[in-house]
Formats: sequence, structure tokens, C-alpha cells
Amino acid sequence: MSAVWISVVVVGLATIAIKAAGPLLLARRTPPPRAQAALEHLAPALLAALVVTQAVGGDNGGFTVDARLAGLAAGAAALLLRAPLLVVICAAAVTAALVRLVG
Amino acid sequence: MRRLTDAHPPEPGRRTYLDGVRAAAPIGVAAFAFGVSFGVLARAAGMGQVAPVVMSLTTFAGSAQFAVVSILGAGGGVATAIVAAVLLNLRYGPIGLSAATALEGSWWRRALTAQLVVDESWAIAQRDDGRLDRHLLVGAGLLLLVCWTTGTVVGAFAGDLVADPTSLGLDAAFPALFLALLWSQVGERSRLLAALGGAAIALVLMPFTGAGIPIVAASLACLVGARRSR
Repeated sequence: MSAVWISVVVVGLATIAIKAAGPLLLARRTPPPRAQAALEHLAPALLAALVVTQAVGGDNGGFTVDARLAGLAAGAAALLLRAPLLVVICAAAVTAALVRLVG
Repeated sequence: MRRLTDAHPPEPGRRTYLDGVRAAAPIGVAAFAFGVSFGVLARAAGMGQVAPVVMSLTTFAGSAQFAVVSILGAGGGVATAIVAAVLLNLRYGPIGLSAATALEGSWWRRALTAQLVVDESWAIAQRDDGRLDRHLLVGAGLLLLVCWTTGTVVGAFAGDLVADPTSLGLDAAFPALFLALLWSQVGERSRLLAALGGAAIALVLMPFTGAGIPIVAASLACLVGARRSR
């Protein structure tokens, strides 16, 4: 098997296993209340980390500040103005595109 | 702070698969464009045309796939590529845990549905109470899988028909999506604390660890929920 196919198969199987792990571990089991409360706080913790890494994450770790940050600021402004999701996303993309066009 | 986005109606009534498809449509456009660029880059890196498409269907996680392409394309080893991709996808451990209670049925059905969990479908399926809506998850996940894989096919077989997604600012669409969905969740003080904690952990670790680890570590911030529920 070539290097490419080994990578595709191993990464594919590993990802499938990682994604399935949580739902299989917690199958038909209601976690104790405190664990359940923690699980319900996973989403905001992970979403916030995703905002940070997607906005200023570099290709190989570390920080890269570029037009994405301006786009995120525009998205946040749209949120403050109570815009719907589509408008928030478009505001971010258009702003980042314009910043790149000018810069 | 609530009731801001289409993905979150004022009342968390019964949602359908179609609601998930609709909610994911705008980010589906970005997924398609990045799928094209993944196909183009993968082919240029010597991965051929079929392997990238198989990868999009099975791995179905953009950042890990781009990491494999850039490492193999730069002459890096298979082991390096695999380790980098697995580290990037480790976040699906905690993400899968948070999705677990929303999935139903036999073990294989739960495992199969879990494959539709990607950052974006999981984010879109969030309800304001911190749980997940399975219909939104499946609808959004299926649409994103179709967009991402179709994009990869176009990129791998037809080449660069679409403009560079970053020149269109589409890379900024993702943090904006996550921020919008986070926004509707942090009305409660303990959730706001979890969000601030997660962001802080990620920011502190990013300069020191490879990509992927900061997000996994950020999941520890969910423990504020356990502490405060006493």
C-alpha cells in the first residue's frame, strides 16, 4: 500500500473510532447529575476554543493574526445588532475578503 | 442575549432534518469551496484523485485532511501525517461525549450517526440548554458531508473551478459561525464561565502545543458546570 493510502485508511479509521467513542461509552446510561452538568458545559467551552483557534490559529500551531480577525469582529458587530446567522456569517466573510483585497 | 440566530428558534420545539439542512446551508457553501481547495491541493501533493475523495467521505474533518496533505506534500513521513491528523481529531472525543445523550438506537446506529458530527454540524445542533438536537445534527451533518465531498470531487477531478476560498473570506465564516452559536448559549453565568475558561485555556496553550491539543484541553473548562451544580 502506498504512503497516501496508508494515511487515508489509518486516519479514516482513527477518526471514525474517536467520533464513535463518546456515544458508545455513554450508551443508554444517564450520567450522574454532576457529570451531566459538566457535559452540558462542554459545548460553550469547546465553542469558545473553536472561535479562538479558527480566528487566530496558525497553520502549524501558534498564532496568526490576519483578515479572519477583522471578519470575526464584523460578525460580532452583526450579532450585537441581533442579525440572523446568515447575516453574521456573510458579514464576517465579506469583511475578511475586503481586508484581503485592500491589504 | 438569546434568540439571535435562525439556528435557535425562541422555543426549542420539535426540529426536523430539513431544519438542520437549512441551518447549515450558509456554512455548506464554505464547506464546498474548501472541499474544492482540498481536492486541488491533495492532487497537487501527489495523492491522486480517488484517495482525497475517500478521505473526505471517511475522515470528514477538514483541518486533519489539510494537515495530511501539507505534510505528505512537503515530503514528510506517513507517521508524522497520521499523528498530526489524529491529534487534530482528538477533539471529537469530548465533542462526541457532549453529543452522546442526543443519539438514539442500537450501538451501530449511534456509532454511525456520530460520524455526522463535525465542528459545524455539532455547533448548529446546540440547544440553549446545553444539549443537542439530533434532527438538526443529522440534517446539518448530511448536508455538510455532501458539500465537502462534492467539493473534493470537483477539486480532484476538474481542478480549480472556484476562486481561492480565503480570497472570498470564507475562512472567516467558521469562527463567526462558532461565535454566533456560542452567543446564544452564554446567557447563564456558569456557561459564560465555561466559555471564558475554554477560550483562555486555548489561548494559553496555542503557542506551546501543536494544533489540536488546545481544543481538547479547553474541554476541561466544562468542570465549572459540575462544581456549580452542587
